[in-house]
Amino acid sequence: MLSVGQLNEGVVLDHIQAGKSMDIYKYLKLDKMDCCVAIIKNARSDKMGRKDIIKVECPIEDLNLDVLGFVDHNITVNIIQNGEIVQKKILSLPEKLVNIIHCKNPRCITSIEQELDHIFFLADEENEVYRCKYCEEKYRSSKKK
Amino acid sequence: MRHLMSPLDLTVKELDQILDLANDIEANPQKYAHACEGKKLATLFYEPSTRTRLSFEAAMLNLGGSVLGFSSADSSSAAKGESVSDTIRVISCYADIAAIRHPKEGAPLVASLKSGIPVINAGDGGHQHPTQTLTDLLTIRSMKGRLDNITIGLCGDLKFGRTVHSLINALVRYPNVRFVLISPEELRIPDYVREDVLRKNHQEFKEVIRLEDALPELDLLYMTRVQKERFFNEEDYVRMKDFYILDKQKMELAPKDMYVLHPLPRVNEISVEVDDDPRAAYFKQVQYGVYVRMALILTLLEVKVC
Repeated sequence: MLSVGQLNEGVVLDHIQAGKSMDIYKYLKLDKMDCCVAIIKNARSDKMGRKDIIKVECPIEDLNLDVLGFVDHNITVNIIQNGEIVQKKILSLPEKLVNIIHCKNPRCITSIEQELDHIFFLADEENEVYRCKYCEEKYRSSKKK
Repeated sequence: MRHLMSPLDLTVKELDQILDLANDIEANPQKYAHACEGKKLATLFYEPSTRTRLSFEAAMLNLGGSVLGFSSADSSSAAKGESVSDTIRVISCYADIAAIRHPKEGAPLVASLKSGIPVINAGDGGHQHPTQTLTDLLTIRSMKGRLDNITIGLCGDLKFGRTVHSLINALVRYPNVRFVLISPEELRIPDYVREDVLRKNHQEFKEVIRLEDALPELDLLYMTRVQKERFFNEEDYVRMKDFYILDKQKMELAPKDMYVLHPLPRVNEISVEVDDDPRAAYFKQVQYGVYVRMALILTLLEVKVC
């Protein structure tokens, strides 16, 4: 297996669905962060067959884990300090998403008033359905589509 | 301060209080004639809707208040690019309450978030039109004496008809309401109403195509217009628009105490010969629309009349 240097302090996102790491890179805005990031694609996994892994060398507070919960709450978040896993965070679907997804309803007020935040609320946890705060347009997470 | 964005913003108890107040206004209009003296209603209509706007204005004038506003986006500062949020902030300095109609869904909610005065959603695109639902509920309760234990037929365009979806949402909160959904195959209620509202609430309903088959079992018939603007091709519209025409002959199949409602305007789905039938309640419904808007204005302005 490809070897990537050990993290001293940061976050390891494990069990990412194979091929989804770049989406997560984008959602977490890692391109805008001034820290070391390693992306491992298609790593072998007993549980998943293949998986992606992201290692980020930054304090946990710098990452918006709510977004991660929305993208895939099955991802394992390992928090690393002094080279050791000190905590495994459990992700859940966030109650509210602000400017993570955009309302695609052309009749929604957000389609003409650009300064409005795109806000979605979790309407049905079981089916992972979000609804636009303004027009109630349904948004289903990609796994349930 | 409260706003009204959706009929479901009100609990059943609050709804009943508004309907009770509306009935009291109907019985004692003089008692309320000066209730809103010195208060102003702003009607902010970003798209034309003569009926709803005049109903709101009549309601405020009946309460002794005054009205100001605009009746199309062209005659407002929206034409200059002003946002809904900015407009309501300005209007909050001029008026005590606002009714907003906007072609974009959620615009009244955006206004309510920045408003210094109560905001009433007077219709936002195909989304919500809560005062029409309040009107329908008041009409049903006034004509039948109850909102529970009824069999209501909803007929016509059940796919795009916003008033129908909203009314179903409001009525499922009352016990023992049966729905008979009468529409052509192409205009059946959307899946989300069938699944998320009717089935989820274990509501008894059936879907039929022929109006004649449904009429004998109904306590109420809610007719709707097939809206031309919802169709992409003229041919489909022409085929659908004449699918249901309620006439004198069909009314003979209906029980003697089955009332006919319609949100209006009608085109040809109710023949004019039905207008003289004592069971035709659609013009009475317009009057109830004014009473219920009066009750809503009083409630949101927290005006008490002894």
